[in-house]
Amino acid sequence: MTGKRVYFDNSAATRMDNRVLDAMKPYFFDNYAVATSEFAYSEGIDAREALDSFRNILAASLGAGSEEFIFTSGNTESSNIALKGVALALSRKKGKHIMTSKIEDFPVLHSARALEKEGFQATYLEVDGEGFINLDQLKTSVTDKTILVSIQHANQEIGTVQDIEKIGEICREKNVLFHADATHTFPRVPIDVKRFPVDLITVSAHTIHGPKGIGGLYVRKGTPITKWIDGGFQEFDIRPGMENIPGAAGFAKAVELVTSDETRNLQAMRDRLIDRVLAEIPDTTLNGHRWKRLPQNANITFHFVEGESITLHLDMHGYAVSTGSACFSRSLESSHVIMGIGGDHERAHGSIRFTFGRYNTMSEIDEIVGTLAEIVKELRMISPLGKEKTEDMK
Amino acid sequence: MKFPYSEIVLEHFRHPRNVGQIEDADGKATEGSPSCGDMVSVYIKVDPESKTISDIKFESYGCASNIATGSIITELAKGKTLDEARKINWKTASEALGGLPKIKAHCSVLAVEGLRSAIQNYEERHGLVREKKPTTEDEIHRRLRKVMNPLSGLDLERTNLVKEVQLKDGSVRIAIDLPPDHQFSNSIREEIREKIEPLWDIKEVVIDFIA
Repeated sequence: MTGKRVYFDNSAATRMDNRVLDAMKPYFFDNYAVATSEFAYSEGIDAREALDSFRNILAASLGAGSEEFIFTSGNTESSNIALKGVALALSRKKGKHIMTSKIEDFPVLHSARALEKEGFQATYLEVDGEGFINLDQLKTSVTDKTILVSIQHANQEIGTVQDIEKIGEICREKNVLFHADATHTFPRVPIDVKRFPVDLITVSAHTIHGPKGIGGLYVRKGTPITKWIDGGFQEFDIRPGMENIPGAAGFAKAVELVTSDETRNLQAMRDRLIDRVLAEIPDTTLNGHRWKRLPQNANITFHFVEGESITLHLDMHGYAVSTGSACFSRSLESSHVIMGIGGDHERAHGSIRFTFGRYNTMSEIDEIVGTLAEIVKELRMISPLGKEKTEDMK
Repeated sequence: MKFPYSEIVLEHFRHPRNVGQIEDADGKATEGSPSCGDMVSVYIKVDPESKTISDIKFESYGCASNIATGSIITELAKGKTLDEARKINWKTASEALGGLPKIKAHCSVLAVEGLRSAIQNYEERHGLVREKKPTTEDEIHRRLRKVMNPLSGLDLERTNLVKEVQLKDGSVRIAIDLPPDHQFSNSIREEIREKIEPLWDIKEVVIDFIA
């Protein structure tokens, strides 16, 4: 090992871009007033104008009006506000049924479970082997009590990108609100709310080389949503709390720095890793759809070996990756996503997620494939599973 | 680099000792399964006169903790009599490894179980054990002592999570003092099934989380 570290866990967090930090700095040291002071002194007016300018950038990137974008502390808070806010607003008027999928990320899944504890009924849609929900099941599961459908734009682990345009159309036909968690797609996979029938969209800065602790929620004008965090009147009286203006500045800058060239480069790295691993390392399975997937995501199961052992060996070689193995998780649960797409425990335990970012290079992809092949071969030699297939390795 | 494991664990993980199979093993056993996330096979050769373990090997489908425990267990057991080797427990292994994270107890205890089961397998194959006995509630409790409570690193019985065991006509009902949606309920349920279902006269295992 040379001491060089390679970070392939960019869906968990990204290295912040220096240009993002530069954009944030003035709001720590020069203009640090809160926007709610706008009627008291000049600094407050400057803060309000700055915050609104960042809001304009973010709203415009979704095709939204600026009064439709509220800042939050990140995707967890955004999805919580969306699900619980709509639930509070509509439960008495319309009903207590919400729908989501079995493979959602925890902010949505756990919000749905929390609502169930409060007397709501939740339907968790099944997904197919590649992670797509069944649109017919979606249609037939909506009832006259359904108030919200929450389906992610792309899956956090296996990268599968749902057809949210069609999902939104079904929700429109059925007169049900639609929330999409776009944490991992925004703004690399474009969403235009003028064209896409989506009512609420969760986004976050931490996945695009922005700062941690800032995210946003698009709320289509007129969407019934009840405030449930008590405090002041900030963010259109939906999300109270001190405005994180440096964070908003960083988020806006991070969005501006995402280019289609960069996205194509991520996609090229993704494809190279997938193609080489599947071709060069036997007994490997791609998780998620081959093409309809996040440009920055490759998720592969290495059969007969356990994921935490692979990640630890990779770490010793200088690579940071993630796994769906139970041993990696403090909850001792295998990835609910791999299990949700019909995988068994063994497939989940041996799954490794590689997610790429601005600072990765194609040569890093080529280097990790060789390292992976060696590690997997060694671990298979001590594994009691799959002897027939690994006999030639002994 | 910073790891949640001791240097000794990492050394055994990187360079596990006694890896592989013994073709003409005198005793062998496999504990765990891919479905519970970890699996260990242990093979022993036994000197028939002194009843000492003359050779031992293991294979592991598991995490770092599992592989390192398999390695240290085989080191500790080599040259010991069957009775001495049987006394090696998780605590012995953990101490020899400079400590293991409590949450990883369930991953590493399998190697200990594998060694004991391989010894039992040797004894069964050489007529050194009694005949099959009907399962009793005591036997269920004994096996539940091998299921780790990940909250503490100790077993379910010692941490008083087992509230009730009922056994009737091959059907076992076990009540566990945790809520059904507790973060560890699924892994505990699977481990209990792994331990109880293989008993020859058990037809059904029902596990209720009652808190």
